[in-house]
Amino acid sequence: MIYFNNVTKKYSGSASLEDVSLSISQGEFVAIVGHSGAGKTTLTKLILAEEHPTGGTVFFESTDIHKLSTKDLTNFRRKVGVVFQDFRLLPNKTAYENIAFAMEAIDKTEEEISQDVPHVLELVDLTPKAYLFPHQLSGGEKQRLAIARAIITQPDLIIADEPTGNLDPVNTNEVINLLKKINDLGTTVILTTHNKTVLEQFKKRVITLENGRVIRDDKDGKYML
Amino acid sequence: MVNICYNNIMFVTKLKRIVRSGYRNFVRSGFTSVASIVIMTITLFFITSLIFVQAALNSSLSDIKEKVDVTVYFVSNTDESSIKNVEETLRNLPEVRDITYTSEDEALTAFKERHSNDYLTLQALDELGQNPLGATLNIKAKDPSQYESIAKYFESEGTLSKDALTIIDKVDYHQNKLVIDRLTAIINGAQKLGFAVSLILILISILITFNTIRLIIYMSRDEISVMKLVGAGRQYIRGPFVVSGALVGVISSIVTILLFIPVSIWLGNQITDFVGINLYTYYKSNFLQLFIIMLGSGVTIGVISSIFAIHKHLQK
Repeated sequence: MIYFNNVTKKYSGSASLEDVSLSISQGEFVAIVGHSGAGKTTLTKLILAEEHPTGGTVFFESTDIHKLSTKDLTNFRRKVGVVFQDFRLLPNKTAYENIAFAMEAIDKTEEEISQDVPHVLELVDLTPKAYLFPHQLSGGEKQRLAIARAIITQPDLIIADEPTGNLDPVNTNEVINLLKKINDLGTTVILTTHNKTVLEQFKKRVITLENGRVIRDDKDGKYML
Repeated sequence: MVNICYNNIMFVTKLKRIVRSGYRNFVRSGFTSVASIVIMTITLFFITSLIFVQAALNSSLSDIKEKVDVTVYFVSNTDESSIKNVEETLRNLPEVRDITYTSEDEALTAFKERHSNDYLTLQALDELGQNPLGATLNIKAKDPSQYESIAKYFESEGTLSKDALTIIDKVDYHQNKLVIDRLTAIINGAQKLGFAVSLILILISILITFNTIRLIIYMSRDEISVMKLVGAGRQYIRGPFVVSGALVGVISSIVTILLFIPVSIWLGNQITDFVGINLYTYYKSNFLQLFIIMLGSGVTIGVISSIFAIHKHLQK
């Protein structure tokens, strides 16, 4: 589904990713781990075409993501749901509106929106908080809202960039379980983290980055740094 | 057919969503919206003030222009029909706007009225026994700069019949020339300067408003990037900001038009004598026009600023 071919990304001279090649298939749950600055976020930004590679190519199925026109890029992004460490919710919209916005953006009708949004809110256990603004929610709630927004459009791929970075252990578990549930329903999930406990009982594929290079790629979820 | 119908419905739905979202953003931004309304109101206040200044300037300029004239004095006891002949010839000049004929008798009456408190002069006039004053033609030109050519008309030979030249006592243009020349220069200068200053000030205030809106949109850049990431199209991201910009324009123009009611009443009381026009009366009689100008400028500045400001953030 996603293919990195000898990808290098340099920021003003120093390399953040160096010669990375990897592939992720449909339906996989992949954790990308590494210390801060190892290149995890750069990797996700390259998939979303928020950054362009200095060398190499990134393919989504058979298209080179970085050669897409603005319009095609918008269409591509509709296939990807994103969850960030800092939540990145729309501050002027309520929980309900934040989720509805993602559906409005892809031209869903009002009926579909009023049908699907309550359903997803229930899935992430935020029904009672539907009409609160992000600043009125706790960290865990914000992250669950971000996940709800990411999955509402039924994307092919979910990218979760350090989704547990700002959360306590209880909320961390909830978020990871939610992501697992989403993966069980068939969505590919890419999770980046530097949190060891997240992966302790993790029986999925783990890719380890160090100084911008892939140093391990384990099928059985070992986290060794 | 079904597809076209669906597209139309979707277009209306999208428009509704954009307007709703723009309105909500505007209301929920609270302080930021108030700040941009204040800046926009200052700009509109500026633009309206400049319209007022122009109105006052034009009014006092036309007052001054009205006071400039050329008077042709005829020797006394000139036949009225000869004067009328000259008047007729003058009326045919393209520069002439208006000619007022004052007969000898009228001149005398006016003179007596003017000196009604001056007993000595009146007595002297009585002793003279006859009317020493000649008839006059008061000529007003369409433009102050044209007095010279009108005055020249009386000098150049052949333009008036010899007969006409003999009955003309004097033309006071040369006595007034210095004053007229200066006034002409001041009037032209004031108009040019007024226009240039207005243009510069309006440009500056538009730039300030533009920068304020740009700053507000810059503050929303994270939001814009999130919108892009959830797959919102350019129009859909830009739309609500444009709606907010237009709302700032609408509200600011209403605030400005209300603010100008007390301001124009005050100005009307203070400077009517000085500028020769009551600005409150002017404001009342041009209310609709002024409001349309303010609304138009406010919405245009708001919308265009938003479109320009967001453009940068919509690039990949």
